[in-house]
Parts: sequence; structure tokens; C-alpha cells
Amino acid sequence: MAQEAQKEKSMVLQKEMVEGLFDALSKVSETGKKVCYTFVPGNLSELIRTFDMLPVYPEINALQSAMRKKSASYIKEAEKHAHSEDVCTYVKCDVGMLMKGNIGPTGQKLPEPDILLLSYTGCFTFMKWFETLKREYPNAKVIMLHTPYQENAKMTPEMVQYMAKQLRDEVIPVMEEVSGVKYDENKLKKILGYSKEAGDWIAKIFDTTKHKPSPIDAYFAGVYYIGPINIGFRGTPEAVEYYKELYSEIMQRVEKGLGPITPEGEMKEEKYRLVVEGPPNWTNFREFWKLFYDMGAVIVASSYTKVGGVYDMGWRHDASRPLETLAEYCMNCYTNLNLPQRIELLSKCIKDYKADGYITNSIKSCNSFSAGQLAMMREIEDRMEVPVGFIESDLVDPRYFSYSNIKNRLESYFQMLGQRKMMENQEV
Amino acid sequence: MKKLSELINECKELAFDLSYTRAKQWKEEKPGRAIVGYMPIYFPREIAHAAGALPVAIFGGGDRKQIIKGDAYYQSYICHIPRSIIELALDGHFKSFDGFVFPSICDVIRNLSGIFRQLNIGSFIKYLDFPQNFSKDIGGVFYKQEMEHIIHYLTSITKKEVTAEALNHSIDLYNKNREMIDFIYKIRQDFPWRLNMEDVYYIVRAGTVIPVEEHNKLLEQVCYHIKENIGTPQDKVKVVVSGAFCEQPAVGLIKAIEEAGCYVVDDDYQLGSRMIIGNIDAQSSDPLMALSMGFIKQSQYSSSIYDVSNPKEYRLAKIVKDRGADGVIFASASFCDPSLLDAPIFQNAFNKMGIRYIAFQYSENINQYKVIKEQVGAFSDSIKLWEDEPATVQVTNK
Amino acid sequence: MKKYYLGIDLGSTTSKAVIVNENDEIVGRGITNTRANYKVAADIAREEAIYDARFTLLQRKVGAEMIDKPEFKKYLKDLRNVFQYGQFKRRMDSLEKTLRSTVLAFTYDNKEAIIKALNSIIESIRPQIHNGFINENLGSKNQFFRDIVSERYNAEVEKYPAEFYEPLLLAFDKSITPTENEMVQYNFKELIYESMKILDEKYKGLADEQEDGSKEDWYYAELNAIKNNYKTVEHTLRQHITDIADEDIHIAKMVGTGYGRALLPFPEDCIKSEILCHAFGAHAVFPNTRTVLDIGGQDTKAIQVDRHGLVTSFHMNDRCAAGCGRYLGYIADEFGLSLNELGPEANKASKETTICSTCTVFAGAEVKELLHNGEERPNILAGLHKAIVQRAMSLIARSGGVKNEFTFTGGVARNEAVLKYVKQMVRGSYGEVTMNIHTDSIFMGALGGAMFARRNINADLPVQEKATNETL
Repeated sequence: MAQEAQKEKSMVLQKEMVEGLFDALSKVSETGKKVCYTFVPGNLSELIRTFDMLPVYPEINALQSAMRKKSASYIKEAEKHAHSEDVCTYVKCDVGMLMKGNIGPTGQKLPEPDILLLSYTGCFTFMKWFETLKREYPNAKVIMLHTPYQENAKMTPEMVQYMAKQLRDEVIPVMEEVSGVKYDENKLKKILGYSKEAGDWIAKIFDTTKHKPSPIDAYFAGVYYIGPINIGFRGTPEAVEYYKELYSEIMQRVEKGLGPITPEGEMKEEKYRLVVEGPPNWTNFREFWKLFYDMGAVIVASSYTKVGGVYDMGWRHDASRPLETLAEYCMNCYTNLNLPQRIELLSKCIKDYKADGYITNSIKSCNSFSAGQLAMMREIEDRMEVPVGFIESDLVDPRYFSYSNIKNRLESYFQMLGQRKMMENQEV
Repeated sequence: MKKLSELINECKELAFDLSYTRAKQWKEEKPGRAIVGYMPIYFPREIAHAAGALPVAIFGGGDRKQIIKGDAYYQSYICHIPRSIIELALDGHFKSFDGFVFPSICDVIRNLSGIFRQLNIGSFIKYLDFPQNFSKDIGGVFYKQEMEHIIHYLTSITKKEVTAEALNHSIDLYNKNREMIDFIYKIRQDFPWRLNMEDVYYIVRAGTVIPVEEHNKLLEQVCYHIKENIGTPQDKVKVVVSGAFCEQPAVGLIKAIEEAGCYVVDDDYQLGSRMIIGNIDAQSSDPLMALSMGFIKQSQYSSSIYDVSNPKEYRLAKIVKDRGADGVIFASASFCDPSLLDAPIFQNAFNKMGIRYIAFQYSENINQYKVIKEQVGAFSDSIKLWEDEPATVQVTNK
Repeated sequence: MKKYYLGIDLGSTTSKAVIVNENDEIVGRGITNTRANYKVAADIAREEAIYDARFTLLQRKVGAEMIDKPEFKKYLKDLRNVFQYGQFKRRMDSLEKTLRSTVLAFTYDNKEAIIKALNSIIESIRPQIHNGFINENLGSKNQFFRDIVSERYNAEVEKYPAEFYEPLLLAFDKSITPTENEMVQYNFKELIYESMKILDEKYKGLADEQEDGSKEDWYYAELNAIKNNYKTVEHTLRQHITDIADEDIHIAKMVGTGYGRALLPFPEDCIKSEILCHAFGAHAVFPNTRTVLDIGGQDTKAIQVDRHGLVTSFHMNDRCAAGCGRYLGYIADEFGLSLNELGPEANKASKETTICSTCTVFAGAEVKELLHNGEERPNILAGLHKAIVQRAMSLIARSGGVKNEFTFTGGVARNEAVLKYVKQMVRGSYGEVTMNIHTDSIFMGALGGAMFARRNINADLPVQEKATNETL
């Protein structure tokens, strides 16, 4: 992602992890390892690992397809088969990829699922997605883990119990059956110990944006940072090592007073500090990022990096209550929070990281994020008195990325911020 | 006894009264009464009834409400119903409503509950998380707890104690209600000309905004009338409409489908009124659990219920067969995730089963449907012309 | 030497230029249609603004007292018309040449006949246009070269048999674009003397017109005044024209804005977002403005500004073109009307037909269905206009609602039906709010740009003095 000279050790570690996973996936017919398809939000990495299974994340495949410019043809393929133009493009990209041979991001064919583990967390479409996949893979075992929504901004004991019971009585028995591995709670506890440690590091890493200039971009680079915990490595010593390394690299930047690394090298001047709500666009990810760093804008916090778990409010995995902690983890993912909680969290980010502005990237595909974003934005504008900006794009459908449209809005927005800053300075 | 036309007119008035006059009147009649508004699809109205509250369905503004404020809350790629609900809320239509229940149907309605919280509308907001686990000890218990929360909210307003007896009585009333609605559909299955779909729609929808006792009286009279051999049969094919369970099509569209040569012998408009198939045990010592299990074991297929153990395509196919229908019309609200995401599952299966269908999209506020009418007409003609051919007709409309 | 500042707003349909002096007073404005060559469009708008500035200076030299006399008013109005004709004619000459050579290159069998037809078309539209400018005020109708010529050309072509249509229309399409995209330089002095000569002849030939009460009193007053006094006016003006023509209108700084701003040949730091410019311009004209609605060709913007004219929040329409000027364009095409006819036609409505789809793709089908169902055309149009305004209202709601005072700008503000519904709905939702709508609201973006230029855009800040209240 950056120039050769700036290839950090953490990146090498991440690359090794990812390649290792896809390599293992390509060899399941030899190794006999079982494959579990599941989603990023509310992913039960620790449990999958306890049963020595390998995870496949359809959303990750979809976004990788988009970055490799393949999503358009996959989406078209799905639309030929009665998939509507108006629904989630992750689903269509995944279905299209399946129809075209299921070749994964590394060019290797992905193995079929032994288990479809639907951790139904924060997104209704996940349910429909796996209903669709179940029909494609009639032999796969299906596990539905229903994560109650934090509708009242609380995880109540009954919600935790509901989930823990599902885990104990339905999820674990199926995993035992398919993997042939007996459930070993001590093993799970050990794995959860690493998860907690990874959580600690992640929280520290995303907290470094309180420095000026911010040493990292918490959105565009942030999506790389959350990679390991989101694709199955949470709960591993490798992930802990990665985050430790990443943190020390970032702290070196802080000491030198350096800003974030961009694909075109170091960002020179930090002009604007922003908090971003909503997932990024993947089809034009680089172009999209460039629009920000070219204008000296750095993202100091983003909601998207919290989809696979929210660590900023102090919550951590607790190995002493393994199933309950998994339940809480699921319920605590960003899109499972209610709107007032989301507003609260983002307002805290604006305050803690001294953001100059708040931008919504409204994603056509993702109603879980998008429905209500305008109300959130108004509330944040009123409460935090920061200028807000609004742009629209899509996850993996290139038809919904209009460069000039987004550029026009961002330019206006940054000029507005510029004026305002100048005014404030003058008043001081 | 009132004449059928009188009854229908009465229902029509009630069904589209966006001021919810009857509900508000009912609340005024006695102190300690409450109104709880609920969004589609399904809400166990029995619990509200037992708690001394009137459950009132909120189906959006349809084509009767101009949207300005609502649009400010939603991007163009989000369905229409939450806009009109917000518009209604901000324009004070829900003024005497005490609380609101948002059943888990999709992310948009879920997040709408957050907007209601943010805007401080009503004294309580409850997102009702339907269990997606279908065993009694897990999902059953969870759902019971969800209902208990709502009862708690309501009784703190009505100050009424919800006894098993009261609940059983409410269950009984709603069982009767569903029985009579089922009876109307049964009649329509065999004699669809006795009462057209538009009228059925009014009759069922009226029941979502008035006390169940009053609706039951209306239904009794309607059932009496349609036992008679009234109306004249027409040369129309029989179809089932599926996918229109949340945002409602404008009445004109409901009418247009029948005018274009189809008898709609089953549908999922206002699914909630017909969600539970058969009666719920009205004599249980744990009536909440009875309600809970009623939902878990006796629900109609729905886009809001995880269906892997009981696939929806076969359930819809069975309805088609049982009703003697010739085909299916998939009607989805524009940008309706649940309906549109289910469409390929149904359609791919029906292609294999040889069940004829067409699909189109609508929006609650769109009251021009020439194109849809033409499609439906062509569909009906093709069924009549090629009665022996098993070929599927696929017309999709964007 | 006096310093002037230029703002250019390169919109999707029209390009506007405004020149201000050191006191933020507008001295010149120019407008033209945006065309393939953005630079030419910008240059023409700028040239127009400079001519306009010279006229302004001329009027100032002559003095307010004189200028207010009816004969001066009339003369200057006519002079501007004829002056425009002079420019028009040069471009027309060029078009005629291009048309002829285009047709010469054709390979149609009936080429000779086509050439003959073309020549006779040219011969018949030339005097029409001459008459339009000299005697009928064509110059003040906000029509551009392309519109004026094509309207008349097409009307003439229709008089010919069908087999002539294709070659003649093809010839026009092929010729108008290069003509339009060519930059023609005029000599102000030459052109103005030429214009005065034409006027001299015109007034000399003026016959006595009976006051039959068919026209307003001022018309006759002006007419009589000019008949008797035009020589005096000519004489007075001549004293100043040379000075004015030779004066260097020195553009010290400029700022480009608008949809096509990135394509303007300006240094990057002279390019500014149209949001900021529109708001600043609107605020300058109406200093109490707090909410600005701008409906342009390509997008709709709801902007909130503070007391200095600085933007505090803005919202633009989402991806689809629904609800902006472009949408009106589609609608006009759908009905076979010109853009200018839309508003008046809609205002004839007895009620507004409900239009559900502001989507440009769907609206067409809906309109056809409505017409088919026997809906009245004005009612449908009224419904469409209302739908557009509804979209704009929800954008305003998104950006925080209407705050007093409310200013409506952009090209679409010229549409009277849109205006009607904006007024209606703003009052309906926000009560009594002072509403500023200016006939020249289309120039707000360019004005804001010019004002930013004057403030030296590097400093980037408006001066906090009370902005000028002078109307455009």
C-alpha cells in the first residue's frame, strides 16, 4: 500500500497472515480442515479457531473483488439472475463470484463451506445472504446465531443469556459435529486471552490520532489495521505481535512528529482533522483516499473501523466468561448499536480527537449504516458544532462512484472548513 | 345488520384515516387507556389489548401524504415508508399515541426506532427483536421477555395488571379475528367475485386501527353477507401476491391488479393481521409463552424470519397449490431489502418448479400504474392462452 | 489606475461573469451559454462583462441627472441592443461562411438545390434578426446566439420539402459548434460608433405614432423624447465615448467557480467552490441572508450562512439530477416546450397533478401516462414544478431549515412557477420569512467569485465591513 521504502514490518506480518490463511484454504482437500463461512460483524473467530476450522468472509472477498476491479462483472452476473439493482452489492458481488467459479482474492478457488455460520449481527441483509447461500450449498450445515440489537443502548443479562444459550446448545454442538473436534473450553479461554490483548493494542493504536499531526489515518489506513482481527486472527499470538509492532511503528512517527503515510508517501501538512461515518468505497479506494490527503485532510476516527468490534469504550474480551464474552462481543459491534449510541460514540471521537469536521459517506448498499445517517449528522452538527459534510457512494458497485460529484462536494466542504478555521484563528 | 356496501365504506374510512380518529376517541372514552403504534410486519396485539392499550398499525402515509420533512431524513435509495412515517410523526398525526413498537423487519425500520428516540416521539420506543432461534427454551424464552418489556411499558401507563386470564381473553378475541379473516380468504379462494380484493383490503386494514371487539363485529357481518351467492364470476386467472408485506401499495394498484384480469386469492399485504396460522392456545396457564410459541411454530413464511429449516419457496408454492392459483405476482416496494433479497430465492425456485410469476416494484406514493397493469394483463392473458404449457413467464420490471 | 475584480461562474448551462470595483460595486456583467470549449465560454462572458462595464462607466460619466431623462434611457437601451447586434452580426457572418463551406462539402445528389435553399434561408433570417435587434428589443431577452439563430433557421427549414430537412439540419449542427467555439474579438470603439450610426438612421426615420392607448404612457413619453432629442444625446455621449473605450479595465484578480470551474484556465488558487461563491454573492446583495437556496442546471444547493456570508452548512442534491435545472430541461423536451415557456404554462394550472417520480428516468413515463389519461398539460407541469420544489425543501430541511432571511438564487429562480411554489412552501413550513428573490440571481455565483477575488483569495477572508447593499 505504500512505497517500497516505507514498507513497515507490520505490513509484512499482515501479509504473511493473510497469505497463510488463503494458502490453508486452498489446501483443505488435503488437510481435511473444515471451512466456516461467516461475517465480519459479530464474527466468532475464537470459536472457529477452537474447533480448528478455517474462516471465509464473503464481505472481505467482495471488497477484495472490488479492489481488483472484478466486482462490476460479478454484480452484473447476479443481476441477470433476478437480483435487484437496489440491494446490497456485497451480496451480489459474492453471488456473482460464486456463479463465476468462486475464485478468491488470491486467484485460488475458495473451498465450499462445511458450515454457514450466520452471526446475525447488526445487519438484516446477512440473514438473506445466508438464506441465499444455503440454497447454493445444500450440504453445508447452517448455524444461526441471533444477536439481539442494543435497542435500548444496553446489553441486558437476558440478552447475554439468550446468546450464550444459543452458543452452548446450538452453535457448539454443530461445530463439534462438523469438525469432529470436542469443545475445549480451556482452549477457548486461552484464545480469548489473546483477543483481549489484541483489543488493548487496537484501542491504543486508534487512540494515537489524538496527536497533532495524527500519525495515522484512521479510515483509509485504518481499514488495513483492522484486517487481522476481522479476518479470523483475533485470538492469535500473531495478531498480538502484529498490533504491538504496528503500535511501536506509529509511536515512532509520533516522536518524529510525522503525519500519516499515504500511497504517495508521507502526508505533508495536516490541514483538517475529520471523523468519518460509513464504510469506504472499495471500487475506487485509492482515488477516494487521494481526494482527502491531497487536500490535507486526515481521518482521526471512523465508525467503519468499529464494525468488527468497538474497543474505544473500554469493552474487552473476558476469558473467564467465555460464552458470555462472545455474546457481548457480538452485541457490541458498531452496527448493532442504536442510533443514539452511534451519535454518542462519534461525538466522543470528535471531542477526543479534536476533529474539525464530520463527514458521512452514505453507502447505497448498506442500509444498516445509511438509514438514519442524516438524522445522526444533524444531531452531531448541533451538539458538537462542527461543520458536517455528506457524500454518497457504494461499497463495490462502480456505477455508484461518481468522482466529480464527490470531488465537488469535498472541495466545497474543505473550503468551508478553511474559511471557518481562518475565522477562528482571527478571533483568537 | 348493515348492508355490505355500508360496511365496506365504513372500513374504507377507517382504513385510511391518517388522523386515527377512532383510536383517539377510544382513548378519550376512559381514563387509563393507551395507544401503542406498531410498524409492519407483525406485532402480538394480544399483549397490548390485555394491558388495556389499543394497538394501532402504522402503515405509512401511502399516496395521501405529501412528503417534505420525511425526505430530509432519508437518502434517495431508501424505501418510502419511513419518510411518510416521519412526516406523519412530525406533523402530529401520532399525538395521542403513547408508545411505538418497531418489529424487527429490516435495518431501515430498525434504525427508524432510533430516529424516534432521537426525536423524543412517544413516551416509549421499543424495537421488538423477534427471535431467530426457534426452540422454546431459547428463542421462546427470549421472545417472552421481549413481550414482557412491552407489557411493562404499557402497564406503567395504563396501571393495569396483566393477568393470565386477561391475556387468554385477548388471545381468544384475536383468534376469532383471524378466523373470520381466514374465512373471507376461504370464500375468495372459491368465489373471488363475491368481494373484490380492494374491499378485502379495506376490511382487514380497518381492523388494525380500531378495537378488536369492534372489528370482530364488522367481520361477523361481512362474513354473513359473503356466504350469500353474490356478484358475477368473471374470466380472470387466480394469482397470489407476495412481497408487499411492509410498505403498502396504493389502493389503486391493488385494484389495478384485479382489473387487469386477476383474482388475487392470497396475498401478504398487511401480513401481520394474518401472520399466525390457526389459533393460539387461549387456555394456557402461561399465555405469554403460548403467544411466543404461536409465533415460533405457527407463523406464516416471512422475509423477517430466518427460514432455513422451513424454506419459504416451498411454503409459497404450497399456498399457490392450496388456493388453486395460476401464478404469483411478486410485488416489492422499491428499495425494500427483505422483499428484493428474497426475490431471487423465490424466482429461481419457481423457474424449476414451473410456477408462473411476474415481478414488479412499486412505491406507496405512486398512484399511476399503467405499465404494471399492462404487465399483469399480459400475464393473465398468457396464462389463459397457454393453459397447458408449463413454461414460465418472466416479466421483470425495474 | 483603478482596479477591477472578475468572478466567472462556469455553470453547466450558462457561463456568467461579474466585474466589481474596489468597493464591491458591480460594474459589469456578462452571460453566455456554456459550450464545448469552456475557455471560449468563459472568455465571452468576461468580454461581455467588460463591455457592460464600459457602458456602466459611460453612464457614470454622463451623470445620474442626465441618465434619468427619458431620452437618455431610451437611447442607451437601444444602443445596447444595437451594440449586441453588432457582435451578433460578426458571429453570424462567420456562421454563414461555415454553413456555405459545410454544404459545399456535402455529397448529396441535390446538393445544388440545397445550396440554393441555404442561401435563401440566410437571406431571409438576416433581416429578421436585424429587425429583432434594432426595432424589437431582441437584445434584452436573455437569448444566446445559438438560440436566436437556430430558432429562426429551423422555422425556415420547415418551409422546405422533407428531403431538405436532413442536409440542412446537418449543415447547421456541423457549423454552429465551430462558430460558437471560436473566439471573436471586437473593437469596442468601432462597434459603438457603428451602433450609433444605425441608431441615428433609425430615429431619423421614426414616424409619428398615434397614441391609441394600446401602450403604456411611458412608452409614448420615451418615444417623443427620443424623437426630439436624440441628436443632443448623441452629442453628449460622444464627448465621453472615446475616454471610456480607451480606458483600461484592469482586472487585478479573478476567481473562477461553478460546475466547470476545474476546467477553467485559472491557477488552482483562483478556483473556488460555487457553494461559497453563491452564498457570498447572495449575502452581498441581501446582507441579512441566512439561508440560500440555489437551483442550478446541474445541482440544487441549500446553504446556511452566518452574518459575514460565510457558509456554515450546505447540502446538495444526491446523485440523481432530479429536482434541478437539468430535470426541467428533460421536462421541456418531453412537452416540446422551450425552457422559458415552462413556468408560464405551469402557472395556467387549475390544480397540481400529483407527480411521484422526480426521477428523470421515470418522470418521462409518468408524464406520458398522465397525458394519456387526459390530464391537462398545465396541471401536470404544475405538479412537476411542485415536485422539484419539494425536493429542494427537503434539502433545506437537511441543512437545518430556513432561517430569516431566505434568498433564492440560480438560473431556475427565473422560472415563475418554481418561484411560486418556493414561496408557498417556505411560508407553509417556516412561516413569515423575508424572501429575497432577485431577477439577476443567476449572477450570484460570479458576484461572490469577484468579491472573493477582491479580497485576495489568498487571504481567503471576507472583510467584516457591512457588505454593499447595492442591487445588481
